[in-house]
Amino acid sequence: MMPTEYFLAHIWLIPLFPLAGAALMLFIGRRLPNAGVNVICVGSVFLSMCFAFGAIWQLIARPVEERVVSYVLFDWVPAGIMHTNAGRVMDFHVPWGVLMDPLTAVMLLVVTGVGFLIHVYSTGYMSHEGGYYRFFGYLNLFMFSMLTLILANNLLLLFVGWEGVGLCSYLLIGFYFLKKSASDAGKKAFIVNRIGDAGFLLGLFLMLGTLGTIQFTEIGPAIAAGHFSMGDATLTAIALLLFVGATGKSAQLPLYVWLPDAMEGPTPVSALIHAATMVTAGVYMIARTNAVFSMAPKALGVIAVVGCVTSLFAATMGLVQTDIKRVLAYSTVSQLGYMFLACGVGAFTAGVFHLMTHAFFKACLFLGSGSVIHSLSGEQDMRKMGGLWGKIPTTAKTFVVASIAIAGIPPLAGFFSKDSILGHAFEYSPILWLVGFITAGMTAFYMFRLVNMTFFGTSRVDHEVEHHIHESPGSMTVPLMILAMLSIVGGWIGVPESLGGSDRFAKFLEPVMAKHAEEAAEAAGAAHAASGGSMEYLLMLLSVAIGAGGIWLAYRWYIQRPEVPEKIAAASPFLYKLLYNKYYVDQIYDAMFVNRIKDLALTLGSFDVGVINGLGVDGSGWLTRVTSRISMIWDSWIVDGLVNLAARIVWVLSFPVRMLQTGRVSRYAVFMLLGVLIFLGYYFRNSGIDFGKLIH
Amino acid sequence: MEFYNTHILTVVLFTPLVGALLLLFVPRDSENAHRVIGNLFAFLGFIVSLPLIWRFSLSPTADRYQFMENHDWIPSIGAHYSLGIDGISLCLVILTTLLGMISILSSWSAIKLRRKEYYILFLLLQVGMLGVFMALDFFLFYMFWEVMLVPMYFLIGVWGSDRRLYAAIKFFLYTLVGSVIMLLGILALYFKAGGGTFDIPTLLATAASFDTKTQVLLFWAFFFAFAIKVPMFPFHTWLPDAHTEAPTAGSVILAGVLLKMGTYGFIRFSLPLLPQDPAARHKIVTIMLVVSIIGILYGALVCMMQKDMKKLIAYSSVSHLGFCTLGIFALTPHGLSGSVIQQLNHGLSTGALFLLIGVLYERRHTRLISEFGGLSTPMPNFAAIYMIATLSSLGLPLLNGFIGEFTILRGTYEVSIKYTAWASIGIILGAAYLLWLYQRVMFGPVTNPANEHLEDLNAREYATLIPLIILCFWIGIYPKPLFRVLERPVQQIVEQVNPGYYGAERAVAPAVNGAAAPAELPAAAATPGMGAMPGMGTPDNAGSPNGTMQMPGNSGEASAPSTEGKRP
Repeated sequence: MMPTEYFLAHIWLIPLFPLAGAALMLFIGRRLPNAGVNVICVGSVFLSMCFAFGAIWQLIARPVEERVVSYVLFDWVPAGIMHTNAGRVMDFHVPWGVLMDPLTAVMLLVVTGVGFLIHVYSTGYMSHEGGYYRFFGYLNLFMFSMLTLILANNLLLLFVGWEGVGLCSYLLIGFYFLKKSASDAGKKAFIVNRIGDAGFLLGLFLMLGTLGTIQFTEIGPAIAAGHFSMGDATLTAIALLLFVGATGKSAQLPLYVWLPDAMEGPTPVSALIHAATMVTAGVYMIARTNAVFSMAPKALGVIAVVGCVTSLFAATMGLVQTDIKRVLAYSTVSQLGYMFLACGVGAFTAGVFHLMTHAFFKACLFLGSGSVIHSLSGEQDMRKMGGLWGKIPTTAKTFVVASIAIAGIPPLAGFFSKDSILGHAFEYSPILWLVGFITAGMTAFYMFRLVNMTFFGTSRVDHEVEHHIHESPGSMTVPLMILAMLSIVGGWIGVPESLGGSDRFAKFLEPVMAKHAEEAAEAAGAAHAASGGSMEYLLMLLSVAIGAGGIWLAYRWYIQRPEVPEKIAAASPFLYKLLYNKYYVDQIYDAMFVNRIKDLALTLGSFDVGVINGLGVDGSGWLTRVTSRISMIWDSWIVDGLVNLAARIVWVLSFPVRMLQTGRVSRYAVFMLLGVLIFLGYYFRNSGIDFGKLIH
Repeated sequence: MEFYNTHILTVVLFTPLVGALLLLFVPRDSENAHRVIGNLFAFLGFIVSLPLIWRFSLSPTADRYQFMENHDWIPSIGAHYSLGIDGISLCLVILTTLLGMISILSSWSAIKLRRKEYYILFLLLQVGMLGVFMALDFFLFYMFWEVMLVPMYFLIGVWGSDRRLYAAIKFFLYTLVGSVIMLLGILALYFKAGGGTFDIPTLLATAASFDTKTQVLLFWAFFFAFAIKVPMFPFHTWLPDAHTEAPTAGSVILAGVLLKMGTYGFIRFSLPLLPQDPAARHKIVTIMLVVSIIGILYGALVCMMQKDMKKLIAYSSVSHLGFCTLGIFALTPHGLSGSVIQQLNHGLSTGALFLLIGVLYERRHTRLISEFGGLSTPMPNFAAIYMIATLSSLGLPLLNGFIGEFTILRGTYEVSIKYTAWASIGIILGAAYLLWLYQRVMFGPVTNPANEHLEDLNAREYATLIPLIILCFWIGIYPKPLFRVLERPVQQIVEQVNPGYYGAERAVAPAVNGAAAPAELPAAAATPGMGAMPGMGTPDNAGSPNGTMQMPGNSGEASAPSTEGKRP
């Protein structure tokens, strides 16, 4: 490494700045004024951002084939000798190592850039809240975890970040811990994520056992050297297990349920963790291990279908929500579905591209909604908004820009990334494309339903609140403006060649992506030939059209004829209720899993007390006591009884003798007399003396 | 100093006893003196044990047992006063002296009655536990094993809470049942080996040449004592009662050290006593693994519905110790070293949790979860430390629990991914019950007026908790020293119970099933997570790019079930 590459040599410092900030908050935060907290916590993220940007700059300065920096800081888990599945003996070490390549660079850009903006925004948003230092401490801890996640050079270290962000998500969702709904939501997020994590760990074990490594840079070569056939069953199993982890973290079916509830957290948290960064970790992880995934077409098929169905499923729920943040939450789930769709069809680059643009516009939308909520003194129900366009102009304008971006209208960022995904999906399967296409229309519709209900039309704001409406301070609006700007230009680095661009984004990421990826996509994509030429333009045109159509419909129904939605809802009450209640998935899960586990726990609890302890332990105690009672009875009645019996027999037998031996002299004298008489009588009788004669 | 250098284990072992004897001569009415002397000797006991750490040699040529001391004791039967420790016992000895010191400190204000007896008994308990981990003579071992029962019995029975007598008698009798069966085992081993010596390494080595039936019997004779102590399902029900009724310090020692005597026994005695016959061994090991997993899941589920905080943590111990036994009977280096690390982890994090509950108990005299709620408002520092202990217990990376659980699961994977999968459900449940407990105690508004003005941690309470928290982080971030200490003993044990593990591919005849493996592959791998690992082997690559690999294997040797290291 050249000595001039200072930042590349110090990428390991990037996560440590926020960690230091978090540690300071833990120890001295409570004694600091807000300004001091700002300096430490926002400053630490700023430092991270500077180091990250410097490192990205220096990475790009390198020739394409040398754009990988990887080194080990220390040996973290030197677990020792193990066997692989094949019975090979190897020494298993997990180093604390960092990896910087184009994929990391993209993530670093998003995480530190958006992260910094959200930190700045939070200084305004949270300024009136209690626990200011606590909030920023958690936020910094989150930055540490997220940066560890993306800088890790192996799967286990990535898991450290993976769990760390989960913890911070838990802490931040439950930030308002006095509210039960908030602490419930935090707990739910953590536990649902843990289900995914179990899958992740199993995938990790299987990968280690099969490939003998979990180092990212070694996975590809290990697969190549292992001569796996395409679609190898073990690799498919690894891919599916890792994907289970991704469904937890990135809120995909069936584990998405925690994300809508996560909106209990403060809005900057929703923007940072539940939109821009953490929830995309699943996409990043799959892109990072794409070498495995691209060898497993079946797993990719599952991912594509799950992503696609999730995107549609979440979008339908987003259509009818009335809480501004919940609409955005479902939108996030839906957009994440797009990213997984991209990965599933083998277009990892498109997935990462959408990850980046989504981070820009969704962060902008969340922060914008935060600004709206802030200006309305905490109101989140869109039915109590309306007509805010002129009252909070900066928020409104940036929000609309970001909404256009997510609706996929060119030349804003969302168009390019979404179009890239839909294009690849079409190559893979027109049905997937169709679902994605419909979802795109819904996205445009619900976003502009939100925009119209919030910023246009007549004001439905409560009277008291109306007096206090104010634009947010500069600390909040400046990040909004920057993010809105990024929502516009962010997609320009990925302009496809068909539109006169050179798709520099894809070229930048190319070295990271396995060669198989394209092959897999090509092998699977029957309609590949259609991608070139006119078909590509037609697809683009269609997706712009449906985006515009969605916007128009929202305008028609929510501005021009506001009575229509109610009529539709009244006309099909079942469907409306189903959507409004989110398909009753929470209730179903509660009934099927949560309550069953609680029942099982109760049953086992009674079983433990009643059977194992009661019957087993206390029972044997009781048995011992009964036995001892019986043996006591035996002892006193039988054993001792026999002894007594012997005595009694002697006693009974001795009765006559005893009668003689009374000790009374007078009785002895009587007996003596009687004896004498008896003897005399006997004597006389035998002597032949006739008494009668004697008397006569 | 010279005596210390040559008799370091004796010094460590008997320092608490000196304290106990000294306390006998302190008049009953000077109660402050009792706790000062008690604490002093517990602290001294910890200090004298510290040099063990750096004097312990990691060199591969060093003796298996170090700091050996051997003197005749009862020559007529061949009993010796014989002490020595390897890496595994070293960890447990340090854990004992540390937790002993901390729990004695935590009793400072909690114990008001009969202080003199309390501190004497506590120091005696310390001697018993240390002796168990140090003894290299069965006679001596058994003596310490039983000696330790008496003070614990009194600690629960005298200073416990409401149902203390029931709990104490249950604890004593239950453990005694196991011990007596073990005594039979020891005597059988002693006479079968010809009598004349109680030396543990010698006897265990002799046991290897017994016939299978005897070996099986010996294994089960020892099993009950250890299974009850651990406690393994279904021998665990003494634990919730003993934990709940014992005073705080008693609970800490119970969970932190006493349970480890069971796992230590498994490692030191049961593993070497495993029958040599592969079929018999496989049967026993499978039973142990399944029972461990039942313990993990059962303990976790029963935790969920507990109303008493201490009972909840007690059942969580059943679950956590299930991981420890799972790792032990995986018979792999990862399983074993993970298990020892997890034993330390459990001592640290569960110890911390019991201390924290003790803090609450001292203030409120109740442990019912429903009595609390919203405590993070009056006691923010308490809440923060409680959170760290909770996270460490549920296995969050960068805290200790993760290192142990990960390594155990990694080691179990080599047996079968099925076991790993079942055990990882325990990790999910662990998060559920611990976070739910945390939520009910800490979050929300303060609803009970009695909790409104609870005092946050005081300096002494910090002093008991901070060392544990620091160690939790240390093991989570830099576990390397632990792995290094454990490397050799683990290797020695694994080589004994899993012969050929360290050089498996040399033991395999080439091309045993070079043709069979690929044919077998789709069937085995089509059910991911179900097939036993050896069957799932994919053709392994010769000359893999992995730089850490020691010996590259050949693809033809894939998945040889005949390898001793793999149980079919």
